[in-house]
Amino acid sequence: MSDPIFLRPLTAPDADKGQAVAFGPDRALTLDSGRVLAPWTQAYMTYGKLNAARSNAILVCHALTGDQFVASAHPVTGKPGWWETMVGPGKPIDTDRFFVICANVIGGCMGSSGPAEINPATGSPYGLDFPLLTVRDMVRAQAMLLDELGIEKLLCVTGGSMGGMQTLQWASSYPERVVSAVPIACAARHSAQNIAFHEVGRQAIMADPDWCGGAYAEKGVQPSKGLAVARMAAHITYLSEAALQRKFGRNLQSRSGISFAFAPDFQVESYLHHQGTSFVDRFDANSYLYITRAMDYFDLAADHGGVLAEAFRGAKTRFCLISFTSDWLFPTAENKRVAHALNAAAATVSFVEIETDRGHDAFLLDEPQMFATMRGFLGAVASREGVA
Amino acid sequence: MALRPDLAAIAEMIPPGARVLDVGCGDGALLEHLAATKQVDGRGLELSQQNVNACVARGLSVVQGDADADLGEYPSQVFDVAILSQTIQATRNPKAVLGDLLRIGRHVVVSLPNFGHWKVRFALLARGRMPRTTTLCYEWYDTPNIHLCTIADFVDLARKSGAEIAQAMALTPDGSTRPMRPQAWIPNFLAEGAIFLLRPSAQSQKM
Repeated sequence: MSDPIFLRPLTAPDADKGQAVAFGPDRALTLDSGRVLAPWTQAYMTYGKLNAARSNAILVCHALTGDQFVASAHPVTGKPGWWETMVGPGKPIDTDRFFVICANVIGGCMGSSGPAEINPATGSPYGLDFPLLTVRDMVRAQAMLLDELGIEKLLCVTGGSMGGMQTLQWASSYPERVVSAVPIACAARHSAQNIAFHEVGRQAIMADPDWCGGAYAEKGVQPSKGLAVARMAAHITYLSEAALQRKFGRNLQSRSGISFAFAPDFQVESYLHHQGTSFVDRFDANSYLYITRAMDYFDLAADHGGVLAEAFRGAKTRFCLISFTSDWLFPTAENKRVAHALNAAAATVSFVEIETDRGHDAFLLDEPQMFATMRGFLGAVASREGVA
Repeated sequence: MALRPDLAAIAEMIPPGARVLDVGCGDGALLEHLAATKQVDGRGLELSQQNVNACVARGLSVVQGDADADLGEYPSQVFDVAILSQTIQATRNPKAVLGDLLRIGRHVVVSLPNFGHWKVRFALLARGRMPRTTTLCYEWYDTPNIHLCTIADFVDLARKSGAEIAQAMALTPDGSTRPMRPQAWIPNFLAEGAIFLLRPSAQSQKM
């Protein structure tokens, strides 16, 4: 195992940089596009201890702009892990009890192979020479990582949003390896509206002159403006109308009246600007293109003759689905569709809809009902499986 | 904790190892009992989020949802028994719900409060007021029970829905259950509630 390579200088030197497995040409990753990635790297973090029976491993899958630092400081920003409310000692995913693995998806920009990493064939960053990816490719890569770690079975796979998509894909691709699955705020397919929003983001990046056809790294520039706009547009979809209204209303930003100019007058504008500019410090624009595309391509039913239930045929996995009332990006109806398909496949499924006005982002926030559901479900699964 | 007597009577009707769907499963007491004592493969459907969480923490498989809206999504004939306990009177469309249950399950268990009970009749006849009893304890304006019926009414609906009654039990005021003849007038007068084991009739199966 080699150290992961981060392209940007680390601003949080004390943070755990995690680990990575470098897969040689003998262990190539064959992608859904037909292209083959070799050599390639899978970066990851682990928390807690694997027990002797190797039966307490839980895989957490991250969302579009997430990374492997689920429960520890981010090495670039120094900020707390993105799901520290859920994962950690004594938390619902209790690292005193479970061994938690979180892998940076391939195509990402935190050490796993992606468009920002060096193409061994050319010696310069891949840029758009990096192959297009699917969620299934991400999951295939994670399965190879688990092989490498000697983990045959996962007590649970979980994640929200794209992490939920990976969770569903895990249960479909490797049912015998997944004892239980908790997909949160997700869907078995990306809807037309979801694809549309992603296309806005991609076009914003590609319209930035500093994008340079994807080869910005060689030119020493970053399409920061385009990436920030992409993030701003996406961020609106993560919230709800009610939450935005409650948080900002029409409040003005450090001024007593409107300015009759285009500098931010309203607090909500400043907030979005902050979301955009802070994002570009930690995320690669090409990665954003690749990962949004992978989400767009996700359609679990299409891979099974259009019948979603077929994706889970014979599944022994125990499922617990969670959705949020105000999530309009992955609405309850889409989550329920998965629950019904699982029922049709005679799988074991629970489904909880949590009442909140915080929109899609709720899965990352302090939602006691979500924590209670996760804690109760995992506790029941662990005792059924004899995990202390 | 001891199982509520009506739930215990329902549990008696379930064969060991059956695949069971409990619609309106509450906090999962019946499903947990069936899993522990009869190795039943149980699923639940429940409206209240708190109850669903309680079920999930018990290791039960329960989907948050609503009998009126969600039963249509369930595939046909996948459950050995579908249970609807003390819930049919709170559904918007009891006939559609019963029809869905008869499609989903090879057997259907329905338990319900009996609006033909003498105390109910007496409250209306003597006092001219909407009845409030131990099983029907709501005021008329805040009751979830929007489709109350008598035992005779339900027997009629079962027949119209193409179901035959395999077994019928009367729930008595002291909490015990005893077999009853569903068509007889006495249970409809004396029973506080009833439990029916239904199956699609041979005739309706041919249809």
